[in-house]
Amino acid sequence: MTTAAGKPPPTEYRSGWTRGSIKLARVIGSVLVTMLGLLFITFIIGRVMPIDPVISVVGERATKEVYDAAYQEMGLDKPVLVQFFYYLSDVVRGDFGTSYLNGRPVADEIRRVFPATLELATIGTLIGIIFGVPLGMIAAVKRDSWIDQVARVVALVGYSMPIFWLGLVGLLVFYGILGWVGGPGRVGIFYVDIVPPVTGMILIDSALDGQWEIFWDAVSHIVLPASILGYYSLAYISRMTRSFMLEQLNAEYVTTARVKGLSEWTVIWRHAFGNIKVQLITVIALSYAGLLEGSVLTEIIFSWPGIGSYITTALLSADMNAVLGGTVVVGLVFVCLNVLSDLLYSFFDPRAK
Amino acid sequence: MRRFKFVASKFALTNPQRRKIFGKITTGALATCVAAPLLLALPTQQAIGATPSNMLVVAQRIDDITTLDPAQSFEFSGSDVIRNVYGKLVNSNPADLNAGYEADLAESWEVSEDGKTITFTMRDGVTFHSGNPVTAEDAEFSLRRAITLEKTPSFILTQFGFTKDNIEETIKAEGNKLSITTDQKYATSFVLNCLTAAIGSIVDKKTVMANEVDGDLGNGWLLDNTAGSGAYKVVSWKPVESVTLQANDDFYKGAPAMKRVIIRHVQESATQRLLLEKGDIDVARDLNPEDVAGARENDNIKIHDELRGRLMYVSMNQKHPQLSNPKVREAIKYLIDYQGMQDSFLKGQYTIHQNFLPRTYLGAIDDQPYSLNIEKARALLEEAGVGEFEIEAGVREAQDRIEIAQTLQNAMAQVGITMKITVGTAKQILTRYRARELDFYVGAWGPDYPDPQTNAGTFAYNPDNSDEAKATGLLAYRNAWDPGALGAQTEAAVIEPDVDKRRAMYEAIQREFLKTSPFAIMFQKIEQAGMQKSVSNLVLGGAITAVSYWPVTK
Repeated sequence: MTTAAGKPPPTEYRSGWTRGSIKLARVIGSVLVTMLGLLFITFIIGRVMPIDPVISVVGERATKEVYDAAYQEMGLDKPVLVQFFYYLSDVVRGDFGTSYLNGRPVADEIRRVFPATLELATIGTLIGIIFGVPLGMIAAVKRDSWIDQVARVVALVGYSMPIFWLGLVGLLVFYGILGWVGGPGRVGIFYVDIVPPVTGMILIDSALDGQWEIFWDAVSHIVLPASILGYYSLAYISRMTRSFMLEQLNAEYVTTARVKGLSEWTVIWRHAFGNIKVQLITVIALSYAGLLEGSVLTEIIFSWPGIGSYITTALLSADMNAVLGGTVVVGLVFVCLNVLSDLLYSFFDPRAK
Repeated sequence: MRRFKFVASKFALTNPQRRKIFGKITTGALATCVAAPLLLALPTQQAIGATPSNMLVVAQRIDDITTLDPAQSFEFSGSDVIRNVYGKLVNSNPADLNAGYEADLAESWEVSEDGKTITFTMRDGVTFHSGNPVTAEDAEFSLRRAITLEKTPSFILTQFGFTKDNIEETIKAEGNKLSITTDQKYATSFVLNCLTAAIGSIVDKKTVMANEVDGDLGNGWLLDNTAGSGAYKVVSWKPVESVTLQANDDFYKGAPAMKRVIIRHVQESATQRLLLEKGDIDVARDLNPEDVAGARENDNIKIHDELRGRLMYVSMNQKHPQLSNPKVREAIKYLIDYQGMQDSFLKGQYTIHQNFLPRTYLGAIDDQPYSLNIEKARALLEEAGVGEFEIEAGVREAQDRIEIAQTLQNAMAQVGITMKITVGTAKQILTRYRARELDFYVGAWGPDYPDPQTNAGTFAYNPDNSDEAKATGLLAYRNAWDPGALGAQTEAAVIEPDVDKRRAMYEAIQREFLKTSPFAIMFQKIEQAGMQKSVSNLVLGGAITAVSYWPVTK
């Protein structure tokens, strides 16, 4: 979606504004097409699955009349395409329907679970960036040294260790044995439901409310799962940083810079790093999007009521409205991050200006 | 690769200097990596060790709760909440579950001479959480409402002939008396047992009707609000997250000792055990056998065993050419390694039980004629003359059931039966089971209400076995089995007024069922809850009801 070098306007009448709006229209158009495709495919999969959504609503002992009434009420007697358009017109109005499982509006449920994932994924990604980027840089600069080997092992372990195992062992050591961090859940049991939800992210809400005791309790609960997710993204980010850097360090302009007598620090941070920023943004955005999807296993181990476990529970109980709603939100997150990284490209990439 | 050695600029760092800086960064980064979780956690003031003495914290999987409306809820965790929130006309006593029903919001009752009308006298001076008094009118409203709403559990009441159209005559309040009239004479024990189920909960008419929307009788509001007179009221229910209960200090049996009960959804057994051992929770409801064994080692924790109503069984579809042969059915009952499974992967969680009434139910028998006997099975199959054949078994993706299926698959392979196992989600497998498409099913069954009819009426009763009948709620139907005379005997047992005779009838039905049915019932559930030693009087509900929090002390 990125436009690397904007062509000069073909005519002098086409102002910057027009160009901007064409670009904007193109972005919005591609977002809409992507979302429509995603919705359609998910909807069709949901409809062809060998499950009966009517039974989820009326229960298996319902009489035939009750069953038929619900069948018609849910619009299941209509052709699939018609059903899809009904659904689409609801979604456009922000109505994802009600959950078959607990009778609540899916939109409300997602508003409740998504901030939990957002909070966890953001801190996890920050940890991944803060430690992953320098680690990858050092590994590249000190290629084949012991530091590079350590970085390789760290990344390999991060890649290959099953996350549920890491989570359980982490819990056992840091919570169970050492007692340094809070246990599963977002806050301790005494703090549940005390902070009024504003953003739904407990760290922010408690800070807004001036409830520092709760804030620190929430910190102690988020540290471990966020570190584990952070480690996972650190592994990925550091490996990618390393290979991007190596590519740059081998480039001729780096040699030139060194010959020019620039300090090694300037060569590495200003020249080489300056050139990998754009690629790094893609990597970080992808890893962030991956975490925002909700890491089901981490959420389960840490009893973290996020969107990953929400979609999984919905899927297992054939709660298709909830599954569709969750998928749309996850898809939207991906698309938004994509657009955001495009914007960042043009910010960091002088050619795109 | 060699790096450039010549550094011209005077600002440049020499190699050792560079190494030093990078060394510092590296050490710093690594140290922070390790220490970050630890350092960040330092400023916490977490009270590790114990929950407050008047608060009970329970870890439990509560993702099955769909609603808190007692006229609609039909799930285990939902019943656990509702039992503590609502009073009923008659109720089971946690101190003596085997006694069956006893007076609750009704102080006493009388049965008319024709045996069709039961008249309850309401208890005086009981109030709802709202402060409104509990009256016969509320009881009338609650029962009529449950029938009118026609939600899943309404069959527990409608099986007595109550319909939307006749409730005006059949369920009537007069002063402090409520009378209910059934369509025919039923065993009084049957009617009263059914009224102890969640659907018999008495809701606060005024409060509920004040929150009615579009004639829904408050169904939408009661989804996540409560209007009861029981020991607790619900403060909040967050799906797949938590349920918080607050004690009702005006509870007519006395204020509960636990002022707050918090039920937290914790999916993983290992996580539940960790929380329990750290003292952050008082009770862990879903420990697997490994974690039960592990928690037992801890001196502060006790394991509480309670026999529940759930049964594990396998069943054979009678549409299958070979499985419909009585000799083949019997042979398969000899191919099940009951003892081996009980002692290995089901250890502590299930106990052998071979009939459809769970132990502690009226009429339950403990006969166990079957055990693994490959030779006998082979001989029976030879007698049947069916040769080698293939069957498809449907199994939900639950570890214990898959292992049961595999154990059976092994045994069957030894006698020339090839079992293909199809694993799927609950919905996928159940949909095919209901549609009578599975040859063989490995499943579980939980009784719906605390009367023997609940299981007799599904395992041994199927009045119309045709595909058109679509009686998909009946297990006998799902297996295309016509129970013949057992059906009539089941019908007779529900109207037998004499409790001893009734018991004998169920015993006779089960002895015949054991021999001829296409069901091999294998195990009855034992629930093992881990709890702090300080917790006493927590009763999970046995085979007949749900958990009771009000007698709990710490």
